[in-house]
Amino acid sequence: MDPIRTIHSRTVVMPSSNIDTDQIMPARFLTTTTRDGLGKHLFADWRYDGNGQPNPDFILNRSEAVGCQILVAGRNIGCGSSREHAPWGLYDYGFRAVVSTEIADIFRNNCLKNGLIPVVVDESTHAKLIATPGSLVSIDLEGCVLTLPDQSTVPFVIERFARYCLLNGVDETGYLLSKSAEISAYEARTQL
Amino acid sequence: MTARTLFEKLWDAHEVVAETADTPAVLYIDLHLTHEVTSPQAFSNLRARKLPVRRTDRTFATLDHSTPTDTDQLFGKIPIRMQSAAKQIHEFEKNCAEFGVELLGLTHKQRGIVHIIGPELGLTQPGKTIVCGDSHTSTHGAFGALAFGIGTTEVGDVLATQCLLQRKPKTLAVNVEGALPFGVTAKDLVLAIIRELGVGGGTGYVIEYRGSTIRALSMDERMTVCNMSIEAGARAGLVAPDETTYAYLNGKPHAPQGAAFDRAVAHWKTLPSDADARFDRQIDIDASTLEPMITYGTNPGMSIGISAKVPTQANDEVHAKALAYMGLTAGQALQGQPVEFVFLGSCTNARLSDLRAAAAIVKGHKVAPGVRFLVVPGSQQIKHLAEAEGLDRVFIDAGAEWRESGCSMCLGMNGDLVSRGSYCVSTSNRNFEGRQGVGARTLLASPITAAASALAGRVSDPRSRLTA
Ligand code: SF4
Repeated sequence: MDPIRTIHSRTVVMPSSNIDTDQIMPARFLTTTTRDGLGKHLFADWRYDGNGQPNPDFILNRSEAVGCQILVAGRNIGCGSSREHAPWGLYDYGFRAVVSTEIADIFRNNCLKNGLIPVVVDESTHAKLIATPGSLVSIDLEGCVLTLPDQSTVPFVIERFARYCLLNGVDETGYLLSKSAEISAYEARTQL
Repeated sequence: MTARTLFEKLWDAHEVVAETADTPAVLYIDLHLTHEVTSPQAFSNLRARKLPVRRTDRTFATLDHSTPTDTDQLFGKIPIRMQSAAKQIHEFEKNCAEFGVELLGLTHKQRGIVHIIGPELGLTQPGKTIVCGDSHTSTHGAFGALAFGIGTTEVGDVLATQCLLQRKPKTLAVNVEGALPFGVTAKDLVLAIIRELGVGGGTGYVIEYRGSTIRALSMDERMTVCNMSIEAGARAGLVAPDETTYAYLNGKPHAPQGAAFDRAVAHWKTLPSDADARFDRQIDIDASTLEPMITYGTNPGMSIGISAKVPTQANDEVHAKALAYMGLTAGQALQGQPVEFVFLGSCTNARLSDLRAAAAIVKGHKVAPGVRFLVVPGSQQIKHLAEAEGLDRVFIDAGAEWRESGCSMCLGMNGDLVSRGSYCVSTSNRNFEGRQGVGARTLLASPITAAASALAGRVSDPRSRLTA
């Protein structure tokens, strides 16, 4: 995984609350056995009509969304299914951060493991971001600060170890593997 | 020693390395359940790193999600229609064989939905930590096991190390008192709990369901309740083990046997929360005032009592968007709403008791013309038991489809789909947009509400078909 420090990008705003992972990546795309190429199916049922044509009203089909790396979503984004295909799709599409007032548990975990920064902000910051789609925002992972277009800064919290891994491009599996002596000792102790 | 909750006892017993400010805990996983959809990339990762599965004896595999429920496809008479699903299934078979993981394959008599077979085989036991790459792993918490869903990267972690990195969640007690009224089931209870908490209300918590109502539930009913914990945002739900739990597990193939069972029970009896244990949060639910529930919107928190009207929520865009998708208007009754599909299945409500309850209503009647009623047992064992008592005939004679077990119409990835714009009364757990097929309109309800609706061809109150 490539290290991530800062993201500086315009935002894409999807104000609905409770955007579930079935919307982010519908189940029919889950028969894949790789993690590649899911960006083209991202939000498929909102993005394309019944004939597979782009729905011109959907934000990702509009020119202002091109190249945006920050998704600002309504409360409780990522609820529902644990499918990691959702963050894989977001990352493959080009997103590097998801901002909301609340991010569902499993989805947040999955984001952290795939180079997507989950940023939880307060209601008033969130309201500002929702009201100004396409605004230029910076996210500094090292300092855990989000900078709004008016240069005001908002701190955010990210689990320390996950942050360390993102900043250094370290993967957690390697860390767990380094604990194998402790794991064996636990197995011996509990006679497993 | 300080008083601890059931959750805290489970957590403490599985800490390989305790958490610090800088690092999460390393938590040992006793049982890892896997299926074809969320594991391929995890096995690829193992292969790339030249790692084995650390504990094949603690890893079990089944086929359920993309697996067809049509008999001819399942048993190889005709090819599996969805080619990508066929490829995924075959890759999973190959992965399990190569890494030495026991797989209940396509035609295995014990195959079924992952959260149904764990308990049924006695793999699910009090005191265990259980994970699966599936959010409804919360089901297993009904046994007093700490069970939660994980992503595919974590599936790889558990395969390689039998451990996960975890921060300790908070605890939420949901206290339920009062007898469930006539015609009100565990499904209705959990829908009411989710409505109370909201779909994000449980985020960051492990729920423990407590109180006299919960104690009176059967294991099947407790599983229905714990299953939907994730729909309130909680990764795990728990019910303390008791005599009901021990009686269920006694004699199950993977449960301890003989003297070992007695020793296990003695241990399990130490697990329930201490009397003065503290929870981070509590809510109280009065079960005695509930009626059968049904959802009207596009998340499981949007539900009403079956005799109520679709609520009016002015200036609520989410509500308006949900109603537009559902083709419903605020203030209308749901009862009487015509439906084209009824689905009796899923890890929420496809156990033998669910099929029996639905069959009791269906027996001797016909499914309304124009309604497709799919009955999908949760496992092949359940299918077999149901057939032994003639339930298959009851459904088939009524005009329903009797299928092989699997996730089926719960999610649109195995060929069982609700057509665009159609209404489906479903005993599954998610009414998200497109969950049951593009444009599908899902109304979540109990098995008896589903059965009554199938006969009427409209959303129907099951109480009118029950004899007291
Ligand atoms: S039945 Fe539905 S909810 Fe249960 S495991 Fe299958 S897809 Fe998931």
